[in-house]
Amino acid sequence: MPTTLKNEAAIVGVGQTEYSKNSGRSEVQLACEATKAAIMDAGIAPSDVDGMVTFTLDTTDDIEIARAVGIGELTFFSRTPHGGGAAVGIVHQAAMAVATGAAKYVVCYRALNGRSGQRYSEGVSGNIVTSDLIHWSYYMPFGLMTPASWVALITQRYMHETGSKPEDLAQVCITQRDHAVKNPAAFFYQKPLSLDDYMNARMIVDPLRLYDCCQETDGASAVIVTTPERARDLDAGSAVIRGIAQGAGSEQEVMTSFYRDSISEIREMDVVARECYRVSGLGPDDIDAAIVYDAFSSIVLMQLESFGFCKTGEAKDFVQDGNVGLGGRLPINTHGGQLSEAYIHGVNGVIEGVRLIRGDSINQPPKSDHVLVTAGIGVPTSGMILGKPD
Amino acid sequence: MATSKEEFEARLQEFVGLEIGAPEVGADLVNEPMIRHWCEVMEDRNPVYTDPAAAKDSVHGGIVAPPTMLQTWILDGFDMATPEKQPMNKQRELHAVFNEQGYTGVVATNCDQSYDRYLTPGEQVSGTTVIETISEEKATAIGIGYFIETRTTFRNQDGEQVGWMVFRVLKFKPSAQPAAAPAGDDGAPAAPVRLRAPRTHDNGWWWNKIDEGELHIQKCGECGVLRHPPRPMCGECRSIEWTSIISTGKGVINSYVIMHHPPIPGYGFPIACALIDLEEGTRIISNVVGCDLDEVHIGMKVSLSIENVDDEMKLPLFKPAQ
Repeated sequence: MPTTLKNEAAIVGVGQTEYSKNSGRSEVQLACEATKAAIMDAGIAPSDVDGMVTFTLDTTDDIEIARAVGIGELTFFSRTPHGGGAAVGIVHQAAMAVATGAAKYVVCYRALNGRSGQRYSEGVSGNIVTSDLIHWSYYMPFGLMTPASWVALITQRYMHETGSKPEDLAQVCITQRDHAVKNPAAFFYQKPLSLDDYMNARMIVDPLRLYDCCQETDGASAVIVTTPERARDLDAGSAVIRGIAQGAGSEQEVMTSFYRDSISEIREMDVVARECYRVSGLGPDDIDAAIVYDAFSSIVLMQLESFGFCKTGEAKDFVQDGNVGLGGRLPINTHGGQLSEAYIHGVNGVIEGVRLIRGDSINQPPKSDHVLVTAGIGVPTSGMILGKPD
Repeated sequence: MATSKEEFEARLQEFVGLEIGAPEVGADLVNEPMIRHWCEVMEDRNPVYTDPAAAKDSVHGGIVAPPTMLQTWILDGFDMATPEKQPMNKQRELHAVFNEQGYTGVVATNCDQSYDRYLTPGEQVSGTTVIETISEEKATAIGIGYFIETRTTFRNQDGEQVGWMVFRVLKFKPSAQPAAAPAGDDGAPAAPVRLRAPRTHDNGWWWNKIDEGELHIQKCGECGVLRHPPRPMCGECRSIEWTSIISTGKGVINSYVIMHHPPIPGYGFPIACALIDLEEGTRIISNVVGCDLDEVHIGMKVSLSIENVDDEMKLPLFKPAQ
């Protein structure tokens, strides 16, 4: 039995629907389409799949997808909680399943009508009927009730402590937009963003402007996870998981971890970074490109620090010095990210991470031996380092 | 009158497929003055609607009516606002059936229109409306109810179809909304108010103290450590015994935001939300009031003011310290 998840699992197939503002069909159908596409990309039969994982937030039922796609018996099914923090968490579940033999081929998927259906930007309301009621009661009456507002509060403090400016957030947005401009699957394909466009866009929650916030998208993304041994027998290129982890910090809340010593630290991602490096035996210098979860631009800066690509408080200089563009030290979000490609809760980023390893990203950098993929922050989260097969 | 749900729904379905009454015929022919008024109000400056010369040179060869005016040609005028002046038709009968069962609310939800061609002055429009579908009972945010879809087919004086419209309304039982203030005596909808804090076992006591005008901080009954927000067990010593102290309400802003978008009703955005370091060592989320928004800053000293934000709800707010 493996004692860590280093090189014990690989992603062998990726699939997605188109990303749109109005899919015109059900989330179940979107999930089926992405799952089928991932199975075909891997070159396996639907009946080979025996495990399924999605988000707790996903409205679809895994067995409905299995029936529709012609997947037969399942020996493993699981869900990962805490919103976008699950983006890599679902792969973590699958990796553990294939490494232990609980399943051979696991589909990880996420489907949402995030624009035409329920929109996260609308925030929480009194209609929630879960134990979350207690949690949100301390925020709703004061109006602090949208994802943008919670992230803006830690962003304000982060900018205050590090001296980061709106222009630094803009640099993240503009760099990622440059990538999306070349990506036909991106909402902002062929639509560049200037600094003036960024600064003149309306405030959503000061200090976050419109383009600091990710999109709301209809669509689905799916990947297939199996062992590196089985991956070798397939024609599809694979991305081997060198290290993968979930993490929650101390004093963790869901989006409102305001009671830590320092609210500008994202301790959950510090845990994930430490564990990814420990499991893989790699360090920041080994990472060639990164898919950094970007529900909001500011959290990209914070994560660059968590993973040690620069010192605490220096992410603003790291991005301004051109490190995160295509010719830079660490190209990030080469698909455009959730700011500029689509918001599929980070799973579209998992797909892009696999593309970078396979060498077929639309914005392929010259070197991509190891690629980092992260999930949402402010919530219990996850991350992984992908590498090329031996 | 006690009617079973099956009987009620069967009665509803009798209306499906019925024309609501005789065709509604426009009181005026399509005419240039009404087109001009519409364009002024809509700020539609396309000259093909109002400038005879420009219209003559266009593909239309003369003045045409904006397609989106389609329904206006058959509307009733001011009688619409006086229900007793409205003749009974199948649509109103259907609404009466709903009203008897307590589905007294009505709200328009969707409207789709399709235009076969542009209308020209001198044409007379009439509309025939059919009750096309009635949904199953649906639970919605404003109450349970049924969606009714009507399809109106518009024709000219020669019987030629010129467009259609599908109009969807929800007939619903208004639910008691804790977040919404009651309507005024005049029946006008009340102004929206802030969402109430849901009160349950672990947090209700804290909000009850706010109602009494006191800001409390939970204190471990064993080791004495303070904690906020309240929770059932001490993270330091794992005791479930607790008491509370009354905060002095003196604090410093740790971080803040200005809420702009989306403009959630009842809050009066833009407003300042802040994370405040209380002098006791715990933190609290609140609003900063009593100063301009651009005066709010990290490090600002603030003090507590428990205030009514509407007729029913008190909140612990913070003002610049004197």
